[in-house]
Amino acid sequence: MKVLVPVKRVVDYNVKVRVKADQSGVETANVKMSMNPFDEIAVEEAIRMKEAGKADEIVAVSIGAAQAQETLRTALAMGADRAILIETDELVEPLAVAKLLKAVMDEENPGIVLLGKQAIDDDSNQTAQMLGALTGWPQATFVSNIELGDGSLEATREVDSGLETIKVNMPAVVSVDLRLNEPRYASLPNIMKAKKKPLDTKSAADYGVDVTPRLKTIKVAEPEARSGGVIVGSVAELVDKLKNEAKVL
Amino acid sequence: MDFALTEEHKMIRESARAFVEAELMPYEDEVEKTGEVRPELLEQIKQKSIENGFYAANMPAELGGGGLDALSVTILEQELSRTSMALQYAVARPSGILMACNEEQRERYLLPAIRGEKVDCLAMTEPDAGSDVRSMKATAVKDGDHWVINGTKHFISHADVSDFVILFVATGEEDTPRGKKKLITAFLVDMGTPGFEVAPGYESVSHRGYHNCILNFDNCRVHETQILGEVHKGFAVANEWLAGTRLQVAAMCLGRCERAIEVASEWAATRKQFGQPIGKNQGVSFKLADMLTEFKCAELMTYYASWKLDQGTMTDSDAAMAKLKATEALAMISDEAIQILGGMGLMNELPLERIWRDHRVERIWDGTSEIQRHIISRAMLRPLEQ
Repeated sequence: MKVLVPVKRVVDYNVKVRVKADQSGVETANVKMSMNPFDEIAVEEAIRMKEAGKADEIVAVSIGAAQAQETLRTALAMGADRAILIETDELVEPLAVAKLLKAVMDEENPGIVLLGKQAIDDDSNQTAQMLGALTGWPQATFVSNIELGDGSLEATREVDSGLETIKVNMPAVVSVDLRLNEPRYASLPNIMKAKKKPLDTKSAADYGVDVTPRLKTIKVAEPEARSGGVIVGSVAELVDKLKNEAKVL
Repeated sequence: MDFALTEEHKMIRESARAFVEAELMPYEDEVEKTGEVRPELLEQIKQKSIENGFYAANMPAELGGGGLDALSVTILEQELSRTSMALQYAVARPSGILMACNEEQRERYLLPAIRGEKVDCLAMTEPDAGSDVRSMKATAVKDGDHWVINGTKHFISHADVSDFVILFVATGEEDTPRGKKKLITAFLVDMGTPGFEVAPGYESVSHRGYHNCILNFDNCRVHETQILGEVHKGFAVANEWLAGTRLQVAAMCLGRCERAIEVASEWAATRKQFGQPIGKNQGVSFKLADMLTEFKCAELMTYYASWKLDQGTMTDSDAAMAKLKATEALAMISDEAIQILGGMGLMNELPLERIWRDHRVERIWDGTSEIQRHIISRAMLRPLEQ
């Protein structure tokens, strides 16, 4: 079985994100970029499937600027077999991402698509669901455990009320959640091997997909800073403030 | 001119950083408080670093090492040194001097060291032979096909957890234009060889949990097949290694500089006094600027020397300048970082007091700052001498 793992290059989770002075977006110049942490979990899961003998090839795909190559190399160093970069300088929206991924799937015929439930930059959480709809494949989202069966898989989903286990037929689109696994760090020998693994560069046009944004960003602003709280001296004072100041009682 | 690191260099950095944060840093407090790395912990770190290919990463790939270029070794060392010496040491990098092993010695020493089955240490320094290493008093005298070793070595790092020592002793004298000089030979001596005792060393202000030892040799007989390299040519095998070790020390300082700067910057940006973050005061912000500038200078020099080592053009002076700059930068940075934090900088809640204590040895071992200056200035003046 072939596993397709889309990965996104995002601002590193340790970076304190800042809004650009012209409010057109967030600052990415001279900012550390990394693989979206949820996608890292997807790559790890794919590798574990391969190590367990349930998958035979892992293909990582990224859509973005030329530098997204670095993200793909990281996936290769972790254990993916080959990579495809769909290079574009556009800010690609989830629907266009899903369309591009569908086009890749048509060529690659994977048995499963494993992807992060959302990217930590725009937090859209749409790609997996759109991809499921476009391909007509079953989808399992926010997955914290996967049991691969014969022609189907059981996925444990983290939902508001707790854990839900569903069975979906394969091939399927699976979006992964934080607790699925703990991604490995690339070992030194694998980093050295990654250099020799194939990485194809394509363009959106190669797949006949129009990636022109459908949304217009008016402005990006930081959330208002919270003003500090007050420590009240007694319950009576608290009730008084809730009644007369906050007017919530 | 291209200052860009390759994708591999960046990945080595990221992977090593993640490894250090997950596998080494959680034990920093324990090691500082107990002054020991528990044997089980040492073994755990060793196994994890073997799994991830960090163990013996400095050695050639065809021998089972990491096969890294010199710049990658420097970057790896920089990342490992973000934690304490005792923990960083557990991810062993066998001495490059072992590359001088002959075929038979490779099987018994070099390859087991790369596989993590044996640990090496190196003994050169004596109580009366520090910078003036050729004045060493420990000797080996030939007796048939054996050599008889006598003398004492001290400040021998991690000999307590080693399986064998690369030992340098005097085996004769030669006449030179500057008087008589001792001839030095390197031996591989197994721990437990009769007449060889490893005694605890001194309590040091630097590097808790990473012990120095005293080695006593009393009519210790070793077979001539234990000679590393050739008789009287000990320094021939040591010289290339010495420059490499200086780069290693320089790289170690870089990681500690970075960690100190991170702590100090975070503090300056968040600690409020007189109604504003202290970093708003030039007295603090200019310190930070100078610290980062010193660090970048040291980093560039160390990378440059490493790059030259890869090109085969590194001189003793290049390594000496990198070591001098990086060790002195760490001295300045660890001291100023504590000044920015004030009292809190001296408390063991934060890594600064350790970095500050540990930095002191860097300007001393593997050639003091003065010896480095001597190497640098000698290279400048010798060509001009009449």
